[in-house]
Amino acid sequence: MKKKILSIVSLVLIAVVAVSVFAACGNNNADTTKKLTMATNAAFPPYEYKDGDDFAGIDVEIAGKLAEKLGMELEIIDTEFGSIVGGVETGKYDMGMAGMTVTEERLKSVNFSTSYAKGVQSVIVLENSEYKSYEDFYTGYDADGDPTGVIEGLKIGVQQDTTGDIYSSDVPKKWGFGEESVIRYKTGADAVSALVAGKVTAVIIDNEPAKSYVAANEGLKILDTTYVEEDYAICVAKENTELLENINKALAELTADGTIPAIIEKYIPSK
Amino acid sequence: MQKFTEFADELRFVFVESDRWKWLIEGLGNTLKITAVSLIIGIVIGIVIASIRSSFDKNQETMKKRGGVGYNLLSALNSISKVYLWVIRGTPVVVQLLILYFIILQSVSNGVAVAMVCFGLNSGAYVAEIFRSGIMSVDEGQFEAGRSLGFNYLQTMRHIIIPQAFKTVLPTLCNEFIVLIKETSIAGYVGIMDLTKAGDLIRGRTFKAFLPLIAVALIYLALVTVLTWATGKLERRLRRNER
Repeated sequence: MKKKILSIVSLVLIAVVAVSVFAACGNNNADTTKKLTMATNAAFPPYEYKDGDDFAGIDVEIAGKLAEKLGMELEIIDTEFGSIVGGVETGKYDMGMAGMTVTEERLKSVNFSTSYAKGVQSVIVLENSEYKSYEDFYTGYDADGDPTGVIEGLKIGVQQDTTGDIYSSDVPKKWGFGEESVIRYKTGADAVSALVAGKVTAVIIDNEPAKSYVAANEGLKILDTTYVEEDYAICVAKENTELLENINKALAELTADGTIPAIIEKYIPSK
Repeated sequence: MQKFTEFADELRFVFVESDRWKWLIEGLGNTLKITAVSLIIGIVIGIVIASIRSSFDKNQETMKKRGGVGYNLLSALNSISKVYLWVIRGTPVVVQLLILYFIILQSVSNGVAVAMVCFGLNSGAYVAEIFRSGIMSVDEGQFEAGRSLGFNYLQTMRHIIIPQAFKTVLPTLCNEFIVLIKETSIAGYVGIMDLTKAGDLIRGRTFKAFLPLIAVALIYLALVTVLTWATGKLERRLRRNER
């Protein structure tokens, strides 16, 4: 008898739990506005960073306006930079926006919107450094003017999977510094800490975060010659052409009415 | 058939193109190097700390009565060991690694060396307690028997207590080594190319998650399997004299 009561009670409990779980799911689906999930790596000021509990930065604000235009609710997901393209490709996130440059490798997996901002890869070194340009990191040049090798013991700190990493870990012939000269850190801040600690010769990273890092740490400077120039764009899954079209349309409108230039000006004043 | 060629294509893209498999080899090499050296450091530290702690525990009462320099010295060493255990076991190994890399061993630019020291120090704390538990688990009667046979303290330890203790702790010790191998996967935090980081890097470059992660998991699994098999064999051999 006791057993029977027990089993009935547990069945009822299971039923209650199941119903409430389904009900909760149902509630979510009933949401009127559709969600626009944006994957980013919020350690890349001034494009995206954490401001208290909230996200802030150029990409975050542009995404907010974008979602507004598309009539969707923006949801920001903070993940590792290297996981963004893969997540967008598999449909885990609707779009990726993380100061991301269009590269051939990335184009194999995702589509990119029109560019909304320009990025520059800069070289950060210690203030008393003897290096004037990244070209000083090469030992010599061949007849075509391509580098032939790098100086001994050269260590370039980068944030893993960023364009700075991809370009600088290429062979010297292609203006990289070679795989063995590159140390990859999880965040740009780690790379800069390593530079301050004297573990790397230089850090190659996007110019805007570079400025923030140099401002925050004493004894660092940005070299006058930039390393690479590039265009930032939003990545969307290949199948999701509708969203890509809408994003491109919205970006064009937001650029035309001065919203995007104003956001960029707010974070990067042109003096 | 088509599925198969697709899979082969992805395999080629993920591992063969741009020689990405070389990252895995380099990563595996670093993982093994770090594990091997920190294992040795850990065992050495473990033996030293365990001897201090267990001799203090065993001889505390008799030595206290006698007093003198010996007792004070042992008591001081015991306290230092306790602080070491407290700090190392009380903080996450990632934090220890970051502190060692960015602060304490700032001038050492070889990341792998820093990782060896870090994981060695960390493992030492756990190994010490494993050894101590083994020594303390041997029945007090064994010790008394040794002393009545005319062995002094160290001889009793060496010939009677330690051999028995070692057998007891072997499974736990093996467990600690397995944990250590896998723990080294955080070395990527300080820019070291270990096995996990290699997989991570391939994932970042190819934007494919499945193959790199599964490959890395399989390699770790293989490493741990070999280790488990080897300790299992050692255990069986050590048990032979019990029959």
